[in-house]
Amino acid sequence: MKRSRRQFLKVASLSVAGLGAQLAAGGMTQAAAAVKPSYKKNALALKAKRWAMVIDTREFASKEDFDACINACDTAHNIPQMPGNTEIKWIWKDAYDHTFTETTNKYQSKEVEDREYFMLCNHCENPPCVRVCPTQATYKLENGIVAMDYHRCIGCRFCMAGCPFGARSFNFTDPRPYIKDINPKFPTRMIGVVEKCNFCVERLDEGKLPACVEAAPGKIHFGDLSDPESDVRKLLDENYTLRRKPALGTEPGVFYII
Amino acid sequence: MLEKVLKGSPKYYMWLAFLGGIIGIGAITYLFQLKYGLSLTGMSRDVTWGFYIAQFTYLVGIAASAVMLVLPAYFHGYKQFKKIIIFGEFMAIGAVVMCMLFIVVDMGMPQRMLNVMLHPTFNSVMFYDMMVLIGYLCLNAIIGWKTLECERFQIAPPQWVKYLIYTSVIWAFSIHTVTAFLSQGLPGRHYWLTAVLAARFLASAFCAGPALLLLLLMIVKKLAKFEIGKEAIKTLTIIITYAMCLNVFLFLCEVFTAFYSNIPGHMHPLHFLFAGTEQGLPWVTYWMWIGAVLAIASLVLLIPTSLRENMKILPWALSMLVLATWIDKGLGLIVGGFAPSPFGTWALYAPTVPELLISLGIFGVGAFIVSILWKIAIDVKREAGTL
Repeated sequence: MKRSRRQFLKVASLSVAGLGAQLAAGGMTQAAAAVKPSYKKNALALKAKRWAMVIDTREFASKEDFDACINACDTAHNIPQMPGNTEIKWIWKDAYDHTFTETTNKYQSKEVEDREYFMLCNHCENPPCVRVCPTQATYKLENGIVAMDYHRCIGCRFCMAGCPFGARSFNFTDPRPYIKDINPKFPTRMIGVVEKCNFCVERLDEGKLPACVEAAPGKIHFGDLSDPESDVRKLLDENYTLRRKPALGTEPGVFYII
Repeated sequence: MLEKVLKGSPKYYMWLAFLGGIIGIGAITYLFQLKYGLSLTGMSRDVTWGFYIAQFTYLVGIAASAVMLVLPAYFHGYKQFKKIIIFGEFMAIGAVVMCMLFIVVDMGMPQRMLNVMLHPTFNSVMFYDMMVLIGYLCLNAIIGWKTLECERFQIAPPQWVKYLIYTSVIWAFSIHTVTAFLSQGLPGRHYWLTAVLAARFLASAFCAGPALLLLLLMIVKKLAKFEIGKEAIKTLTIIITYAMCLNVFLFLCEVFTAFYSNIPGHMHPLHFLFAGTEQGLPWVTYWMWIGAVLAIASLVLLIPTSLRENMKILPWALSMLVLATWIDKGLGLIVGGFAPSPFGTWALYAPTVPELLISLGIFGVGAFIVSILWKIAIDVKREAGTL
């Protein structure tokens, strides 16, 4: 009892003294300034006016080529491995006629038709998902990335009805038990929210390229579409490329070299 | 007037207890859905809206249909409807409450639903949908309650009620238009991406709603022994018939556009709904054909005046019409919209038992609300001698 009272007096007197000293030094204004939230961008962050991806589909031949990217994405973003038709997919592969539904041709080059193709969020310039979201949980960043706020999403799945690319997944069940190794650097999601590929916005902020791009050097390219000198623009100049469902006017940011 | 709820026959209490039981089953099932998420439903990654949203869409139409009584009565001075208007308005209240509940049970994160108001998003049709639904609920509650109160004291309703009634007429059109806009503006969903969707919604609402109202009134008429008024029934069935003709016509316009243009994307949903896939016929195909047959049969019974005015045939014709429009909008619309997936594949969907039980519970809530409100209306009208 005695000791605790003495301790209290010690702490109290020191606090008062400290506060007095701070006041004397104009500390109040400093303290107020410290409380004000400030946001500082990482100096290493990669910058672009409009991020875009160019996938060289000719380079993806084996299952390993695809798996390397898919696994890199899954581990970076704590994507659960769920069975069935309620699975979570950020980047996945599928057949030509499923990827380019409107460009199929009865007498297609066999080689092109037999190849598999990556699908992911297109980070559209006119994203229907952003247009329909009732809470702004889906929003477009200045650099063209379509991002998700998992804590604001109400799980109405309007964005999924709106997305013509089937790029979004919904957590029909609690995803956490289905995550193999949890990566503590990226949040896991809760039941009842929508999620999708975020072009690795968290890695770009650290000066790193997206996980799938890093996992497939020379096969997937990432860069600024608005810069004529960028890698992606040069590749688009030199190669024949396709985009998914261009007629819908969403202006996808993912290009496929065929 | 609320005290009228408390005094009723044993039959009335048994009915309410029965509805209470259904609501209870729905509520318990919903607790499981809260715990295990929407995985309890038949929805999937490709079919993200199912039975719940389909019921919501259908019931918005039922809610909006009250306008088919209000409009002739107040805009054209058609007095025959004045006696039954209150039933339409009270049915609309039940329907809007059901709509709201269907949206809530469809949410993955219902505890966050206030986000729609906390972060109003003017580019999202869902924001407007919430606004018009709440507005319509308030309008009908205020108008219905006030006019009934005035009827009780046998005085004319105050002038401000009239202005609210005029507003409610326009509002009713807007609620179903906005609901159509939820689906109508989505790229890549060909079944919905059509300018006549809102018109189709309104046409189907304006036949289905009054038909359901008339059916319910016929039941209540027997139970509570009162006259709806021959003239009112006659006019209402004519409205129902014209609206149904328009509804079928607009659907055929869709069929023409899809198949004459020969564009695969436009043909796919209709082909799926009525002819299935290469793998076989999905459950919805049988329903769609039943719906088509019922729609035509109801028109056959409604168009000739001699049949339409036959009170023995009319309930059958109306029931067929309600079922046909429900199949079209409460089943086919959502399934047809999602079945051709964004990957050019067929995404199959069938509601699960928990999904149906929760839906049944919500229908129970609607029936409970309408029962209580109608009970009040009938008792008040009987006392005032206006029944």
